Amino acid sequence: MSERKFRQVGTRPIRHDGLDKVTGRAQFGADFSAPGMLWGKVLRSPHAHARIRSIDVSAAIALDGVKAVITGRDFPDVASESQVGGEGATDMRDLALNVMARDKALYHGHPIAAVAATSSRIAEEACAKIAVTWDVLEPVLSLDQALAADAPILHQNARATGDEPLPKGPSNLASRREMGRGDVAKGFAEADVVVEREFTTPMVHQGYIEPHAVLARTGEDGRSVVWCCTQGPFMVRAYSAKVLGLATDMIKVVPTEIGGGFGGKTTVYLEPLAILLSRKSGRPVKMVMTREEVFRATGPTSGTHVRVKMGAKRDGTLTAAEAVLVYEAGAFKGSPVGAGMMTVFAPYKLANVRIEGWDVVVNKPKVAAYRAPGAPMAALATETVMEELAAKLGLDPIDFRLTNAVHEGVQATYGPKYRAIGLIETLKAAKSHAHYRAPLGPNQGRGVACGFWFNAGLSSSANVSINEDGSAVVMSGCPDIGGSRVSLALMAAEELGIPVEHVRPVVVDTESIGYNDLTGGSRVTFATGMAVIEAARDVVKQLCARAAQTWGVELDSVRWEDGQAVASNGAEGKHEPLSLRKLAARASATGGPITGRASLTARGAGPGFATHICDVEVDRETGAVKVLRYTAVQDAGKAVHPSYVEGQMQGGAVQGIGWALNEEYVFDAKGVMQNAGFLDYRIPVASDLPMIDTVIVEVPNPMHPYGVRGVGETPIVPPLAAVANAVQRACGVEIRELPISPPKLLELLENAR
Amino acid sequence: MKLHVVTTVNGEAKEFLCAPEQNLLDALRDELNLTGTKEGCATGDCGACSVIFDGRLVCSCLVLAAEASGRRIETIEGVAHGAELHVLQKKFLEHAALQCGICTPGFIVAAKALLERNPDPSEEETRYWLAGNLCRCTGYDKIIRAVLDTAAELRGETR
Amino acid sequence: MARVVFAAGLRRFTGGAESVEIDAGDVRELLRVLYQRWPALEKRLSEGTAIAIDGEVIPHGEALHEPLRPETEIHFLPQIGGGS
Repeated sequence: MSERKFRQVGTRPIRHDGLDKVTGRAQFGADFSAPGMLWGKVLRSPHAHARIRSIDVSAAIALDGVKAVITGRDFPDVASESQVGGEGATDMRDLALNVMARDKALYHGHPIAAVAATSSRIAEEACAKIAVTWDVLEPVLSLDQALAADAPILHQNARATGDEPLPKGPSNLASRREMGRGDVAKGFAEADVVVEREFTTPMVHQGYIEPHAVLARTGEDGRSVVWCCTQGPFMVRAYSAKVLGLATDMIKVVPTEIGGGFGGKTTVYLEPLAILLSRKSGRPVKMVMTREEVFRATGPTSGTHVRVKMGAKRDGTLTAAEAVLVYEAGAFKGSPVGAGMMTVFAPYKLANVRIEGWDVVVNKPKVAAYRAPGAPMAALATETVMEELAAKLGLDPIDFRLTNAVHEGVQATYGPKYRAIGLIETLKAAKSHAHYRAPLGPNQGRGVACGFWFNAGLSSSANVSINEDGSAVVMSGCPDIGGSRVSLALMAAEELGIPVEHVRPVVVDTESIGYNDLTGGSRVTFATGMAVIEAARDVVKQLCARAAQTWGVELDSVRWEDGQAVASNGAEGKHEPLSLRKLAARASATGGPITGRASLTARGAGPGFATHICDVEVDRETGAVKVLRYTAVQDAGKAVHPSYVEGQMQGGAVQGIGWALNEEYVFDAKGVMQNAGFLDYRIPVASDLPMIDTVIVEVPNPMHPYGVRGVGETPIVPPLAAVANAVQRACGVEIRELPISPPKLLELLENAR
Repeated sequence: MKLHVVTTVNGEAKEFLCAPEQNLLDALRDELNLTGTKEGCATGDCGACSVIFDGRLVCSCLVLAAEASGRRIETIEGVAHGAELHVLQKKFLEHAALQCGICTPGFIVAAKALLERNPDPSEEETRYWLAGNLCRCTGYDKIIRAVLDTAAELRGETR
Repeated sequence: MARVVFAAGLRRFTGGAESVEIDAGDVRELLRVLYQRWPALEKRLSEGTAIAIDGEVIPHGEALHEPLRPETEIHFLPQIGGGS
């Protein structure tokens, strides 16, 4: 890959949407209204597991101000079919049942009915008047309980799929998979030290600050327009159409600004309900979740049991590794255990490896994607075991990892060979960082961990059009959740050779651009970026053609340089260069307006590796853990806008710190979440943390024109183990369970005495 | 039966009708169309609804709309002076102290309240003052830097 | 000739074979040949699998028309993601 000198890519311009966001003008999901608007509210199951015997909505309908009521009966039956979107596949039938229960409620908070009324208070009153009779069933609330011989079964008709051995009859095991290579028994026999440990992590939520919100309006022709905060407007259109039995083109989705997603907004909850209520009532319907509803009834990520066994020789080479990952899927099948299996040993060279993954249903909300889904829990186990192996072998934790680190040409534990990757570069940068040498005081400890995420490509469309004054508009369909708009503008500006301030990036609706896969998988800067670069290059070709026409020369005598057409190749010096501005001004006279377009399915997403260092101090009296210092090192391929790459690294690290130290879903014996609010579901606040230092390493991805790798997800993978390892070194306890909250740590300290 | 409330918002006289149990956050957003103040939790835990109420930083979801009667309220919409951004807003943009931006109005209002009381806060003081504002995207690093840089500029110090 | 590598769980469907060489123009054709040889593989692979083509992980449904170069290496993997 040639060393390209970038003029704009790699700089830090102010993001174009920033002004509206610092002044409060930016419109998020709940900021829209329409004349005649109704408010929609959802009636949710009070039971974690129960059969619906009857629903009587008559009292609700009779209430003054109520304009429409819907239940499962108002939805068509949806066939079980796998629709690929985002980074995984979704079963449409399960999705439809999750959006609105039919015969069974499968978690506390499961939607049973919905009402649209002239005020939200009346809608709530109406929900309370809906009479439901239940056959309450015993809820299944843990992995052990779900897999026990006499467990209550969530889905009587489902059968476990995957690799044998599998239970024959009804079971809460949705699937079991195996992968691996070599001979682990032989590998362990060759090892001088073997460590086998088991870990438990809780269900945790993405914690986006903006609750789900939607406004749906249906016209007399049956066509609906939907404004919602989503990571995927085309996904909302496709899924809503499937759930409601409508043709895709009956729904137009306008993505609003989105107040955080992290994977949690890559599916639908309220959208089909609002559309159906607006169809039934003939009026626009607005629905906004409360924070409590967000916790109880939108997808958190899986609670897990992970067992990891690794063996190494005295010289530090790993000889074998084995993992069994058991993940909660929530009420319907489909946990991210597959990705857990593929990422668990991804940073290390291993000839002998065996990995098993179990997907298990429980009476909790259906899990949804959460930033590098499935990977952080797996990395917790591996990186903690690596720490213990290093200690037993008397090796420095980073050196031990360097001895075994994957690089280009190595066959990944999940199968394929790696192209150019930057794990070793991140380890070396971490090792030589001042943080790694800084002295530690009493009750303080330092932890190190590595992390990996594949990053996705998928499909994107982009348009680049030139205005009469030579400025450009970049249109795409992937919502901006981390600053991607300004990165897309930088890439277009780089290709066109104009200042980024003259490029307007916009995210448009499903009727204004070709299909786009959703924002997720750390793919937008990579894949939509590729489409933007291609569209901009298309524009440059057209501009050169206009110049050629103007000068009366062949196309290959025109070169694009620094924002202007320059005569070359035999015609040097014969014509004054024509700037983009000049060419744009004459566009109509030379052939018409100039627009470049690209629609592509991006291939070659580069994997992202990271190494994190964390220092903590333990208060032995209270069990509180304070993070003193944190350094995140990550390979970004090419940092298009370094401030936003740093932002991703810092944000992901802090989510991981919260997961390690405080966050967990607490359920009572009936399956009701006890801490469904930000007071008791404790995410990190500003006073919990130090500055998060970042080091961006750049090992270009050979498959992208600028070398870009996705960066958004990798940062959340190392922190769970980095924090756990730091706590272990600080006070000598063994961490096998998250979160390391004060009461839990106090108990460990007590037992260690 | 709705209540008629007369109040001052961002220096302008405003009036609206509200239900007795309606909170100030909803009144600002739904009755006055000032949607810059956001709801993140409605229980006073996230700070996205921060406004300045008679000079005091409050969560508007914990204030009844009716309590606004005769009071002075400042929201994010009043932070800039006409077309001139407040230094805080400029610094947030320069430091890339926002990603999704949903918490940004709350942080700016809260930080403004801090700097009006304490023109030279330490990093620790700034972090504790802003502990009532949740952000899930940034990890707080760039937000704190933006606020400290703002304080320095307002004190006339250059970086 | 594309080389197809089977992960541990799939080998029971291929009589223990760890890998096989197949002459095919694209993935769809390759699958046809595989399924002809080992019919039980079809059901198993349709239950949520991603395909890695020369290291690039692609969801099953999208991979069908991917052209195969000589020396292409294919791995079948459990579906990534999962939570919708």
